[in-house]
Amino acid sequence: MSQLAQTCAITDLDQAVDEALARHGGDSTRLLQILIRAQERLDWLPPRAVTRIAAALGLSRARVEGVVGFYSFLHARSVGRYRVLFADNIVEEMQGAPALMRRLCERLWIEPGKVSEDGLVSVDATSCIGMGDQGPSALVNGVTITGLDEERIDAISELIREQISLESWPREFFAVDDNIRRRDILLNDRLAPGEALRRAVAIGGGALLAQVKTANLRGRGGAGFSTAQKWEFCREAPAQGGGRVVVCNADEGEPGTFKDRVLLTSFADHVFEGMTLAALAIGASKGFLYLRGEYRYLRDHLEQVLERRRAERLLGNGILGAPGFDFDIDIHLGAGAYICGEESALIESLEGKRGTPRIRPPFPVTHGYLGQPTSVNNVETLALVPIIAARGGEWFAQIGTKLSTGTKLLSVSGDCAAPGVYEFPFGVTIAEVLEACGAMDTQGVQLGGAAGMTLAPHEFGRRVAFEDAPTAGALMVFDGSRDMFAVARNFVRFFAHESCGFCTPCRVGTALLRDCLDKLQQGNGSPLDLVEIERLDRVLQTTSHCGLGQAAANPVLDGFRNFRAAYDRRMLHREFQPAFNLDAALARARQLTGRDDASAHFPERRS
Amino acid sequence: MTSAPKLRIATTSLAGCFGCHTSFLDIDERLLDLVEVVEFDRSPFTDIKHCGPCDIGIIEGGVCNAENVHVLREFRDNCKVLVAIGACAINGGLPAERNHLDLQDILIEVYQTGPSLDAEHAQIPNDPELPLLLDKVRPIREVVQVDYFLDGCPPSGDAIWKFLTDLLAGKTPSLPYPLRHFD
Repeated sequence: MSQLAQTCAITDLDQAVDEALARHGGDSTRLLQILIRAQERLDWLPPRAVTRIAAALGLSRARVEGVVGFYSFLHARSVGRYRVLFADNIVEEMQGAPALMRRLCERLWIEPGKVSEDGLVSVDATSCIGMGDQGPSALVNGVTITGLDEERIDAISELIREQISLESWPREFFAVDDNIRRRDILLNDRLAPGEALRRAVAIGGGALLAQVKTANLRGRGGAGFSTAQKWEFCREAPAQGGGRVVVCNADEGEPGTFKDRVLLTSFADHVFEGMTLAALAIGASKGFLYLRGEYRYLRDHLEQVLERRRAERLLGNGILGAPGFDFDIDIHLGAGAYICGEESALIESLEGKRGTPRIRPPFPVTHGYLGQPTSVNNVETLALVPIIAARGGEWFAQIGTKLSTGTKLLSVSGDCAAPGVYEFPFGVTIAEVLEACGAMDTQGVQLGGAAGMTLAPHEFGRRVAFEDAPTAGALMVFDGSRDMFAVARNFVRFFAHESCGFCTPCRVGTALLRDCLDKLQQGNGSPLDLVEIERLDRVLQTTSHCGLGQAAANPVLDGFRNFRAAYDRRMLHREFQPAFNLDAALARARQLTGRDDASAHFPERRS
Repeated sequence: MTSAPKLRIATTSLAGCFGCHTSFLDIDERLLDLVEVVEFDRSPFTDIKHCGPCDIGIIEGGVCNAENVHVLREFRDNCKVLVAIGACAINGGLPAERNHLDLQDILIEVYQTGPSLDAEHAQIPNDPELPLLLDKVRPIREVVQVDYFLDGCPPSGDAIWKFLTDLLAGKTPSLPYPLRHFD
């Protein structure tokens, strides 16, 4: 590069960084947003950019680099001008995603995970991107592409080779369908924006809270904590300076779930109105929607809805003319970290840090975002609040079961005729859902994503409800042709990838568990490995810092319980086998020394 | 006077630093109590070259070359109970730091680079007597079944004493927290 060109490149880089900094007011709590913005313009984050951002924000370089290193979608190395990431959740794996990825790599003459020599393109895998009902799917430069098949892969490889910019790619590649298959109180609702808010403003925040309490609304993120109780704690916690905060958790990262994506697409007003109602109930002035990076394509649409609501005085100062009711919502993007769905990790991420779960107590309701009382609620929970506000808590409490009121959105994917979103009243049995979605010869159901439970046919009478089979909404169907060991192995790999690395039992345990299952897959399994797996499961469950590590063993434990044959099939040896091929491990040294004598090999051992 | 036959113990250091063996000697005068009830087979303490049938085998260090694999297998074949002692045997430890590097880069750096080497004639040693290096340093549990893990870098003499006396008494070794507390 000539000196002039080099100087120009440096100037461009500095300008991009400065624009990102200016856009976020040089605020160090917005570090993650600044990095995302800078990378949008630079394709990656070169060392000079990291240094410049650190200096401008008064942070140490290590602190900024630590954040860059934490999030999968931030890159400290160039990943090419086109970056294709295939979703590797089990449903899409079964639909042939790995073969499609290999096909694309072959067309582009590259290896997965490595940038092409001309710096044009890289292809890799990523965790579930919330398109399980219309996969195989991928992200291209962060934008979602669905319905991949060989034809589409070939077209994509042509577009990349000809360096066509993403805006000029065929629109249908980016089509994302709602696939709503069953509607109930939420998906049938036709409330006009502001209608519920008007009623709530008339009765006041306290009365609204009472309605939510009567409704017995429980958190839809999976834990089922009482929403009213959370809001009460938050409302009663003293707010210093900054005021209370409402956070909508739209970091829908559990493999196999996508119902929040549908709500954000077609019911965004419900979600934002729910947040505003929450603000009224707890006395908050600040709101965040934490949108997972995989759903970045939804950001413009959501910003437009926010803009319209501001124009209609449903957000801003003096909402609906009520003096002192000031509340606005800011969208924060995630950057590919499953752990940020955990509320305290999410808050860390909102503050521009690595998404490491906090030690609790104190809980976010008293010490959350920047130490302020913060209520973090799931998208679906918030979307239900306007309906409760409009139709009353008693009406809501009639629906569902006594302990789990209302309805639940289920993200159904896998081996069934009609994958998509189903809204059922709580208490519906697994068998009823399977019938509704047209599932045949079902061998197993993964309820609640990787961290949930793997159910066998004798458990299909169980009910979706907090008191029986709780779930955040993912329901993956596996028919008789599927290998349930492969299912568990996919989930274990997922946890090993997504472990935040903060605590040793999870960081090391998930990797060891992954290696154990790989060893079985490679045909080196013996009963002694099952003993080791059980030991690891126990360590993970009892000593991990947060739910990720505690849940990481679930797929294997359920697999032992319900699908033992799939594991026993892999016990090919009676005696312990090495985890790797010993003779192959000497190949490199043989090549470097030119040796091929007897002692340069390991004789084969039979068990 | 008749007494119970002594238990046989074998020890070795693979890709280790002998620190765990040194720590073993830190049991000091208790060594005299130990040899009342045990006999050492193959071990740096005895200089016996090959392992016979033993009750307990203690392995220090990870597996970095072909010879390590042969020794480890000899121990596993001959010892009723196999113990991994110290960070290297358990996780690969310090020698496993080389796993981040390519073997070729390492060998060139060591044998063919540097002002004291005659660059023209310096070559990577290839005598058949030398054991070949594995591409990566492995913890011993990836090669053979291991019955017990005694952690520490190294474990203290007291920890080794407690571990052995429990085992010799026929109990599952159990170390109180202070013996496993390292910082």
